[in-house]
Amino acid sequence: MAEMILFYLFATGVLVAGAQVVLRRNPIYGALSLVACFFFLAGLYVLLSASLIAILQVMVYAGAVMVLFVFVIMLLNLKEEELGEQRITWMKGIGLVSVIAGVGGLAWKVLAEAYPANGPLIDMAVREGRRGFGGVKQVGHILYISSVLPFEVTSLLLLVAVVGAVVVAKGKI
Amino acid sequence: MESFFHAHAAQHYLVLAAILFALGAAGVVLRRNAIIVLMSVELMLNAVNLTFLAFSRFPLTQNAPMPGGIQQGHGAVFFVIAVAAAEAAVGLAIVIAAFRSRQSVNVDEFDTLKF
Repeated sequence: MAEMILFYLFATGVLVAGAQVVLRRNPIYGALSLVACFFFLAGLYVLLSASLIAILQVMVYAGAVMVLFVFVIMLLNLKEEELGEQRITWMKGIGLVSVIAGVGGLAWKVLAEAYPANGPLIDMAVREGRRGFGGVKQVGHILYISSVLPFEVTSLLLLVAVVGAVVVAKGKI
Repeated sequence: MESFFHAHAAQHYLVLAAILFALGAAGVVLRRNAIIVLMSVELMLNAVNLTFLAFSRFPLTQNAPMPGGIQQGHGAVFFVIAVAAAEAAVGLAIVIAAFRSRQSVNVDEFDTLKF
């Protein structure tokens, strides 16, 4: 019961905040809506018993990445006329709603075959709950033992990204 | 209604992820502001993360790991988060560099590579 109520609450929040990101004219409102969207998504990750990923979502996305976005929006300080006029007309609105409804309906239809209504539904949170499904220990086992090479390559990727960001944004070194 | 949710729990999460992905894709296509395009890309990456975690909790029967086996989906989400952070840093650096030369963040004006 609690899971259903929380799912619908968080899902509504994700969709409303996500729509604000796409539809708002001023990017600063979009960025703040995106922060709200990430918090609701973190709630959904907790419902999927991915507690470590939920904490990472709040710290890395809502913390670090969104601060970067807000920082750049403030730095550029776009004037009213530079934002351009609102180009979301009602035709585009109808298109947006129909695309989203179509994708949702199609996904539901396709998944109904993959997860038959009276078939067995494997719930790893129940089956592996005692072994700490989604906790620090299990995700750490995945990262440091099963896929240690990709993990180390990620550090190289972040280094390249930092150097690349400085080189691109600085202009003249 | 509650039994409906529990019988179709996996579909609920996956359909929400599909809708969020469609929303992000629509933002990339519809909006002209480069910063909002980047934020829509973040939305799409988060939809993928939600899909990974939903499949991780509700695996398909033929893909389910042995009891005591581990589920690799959480590791994939970690890598997506790391790549998204790198993408945001480089993308925003490109936006700043383009703004410096064009005095605009409108993606319609970034047409130097067009011929």
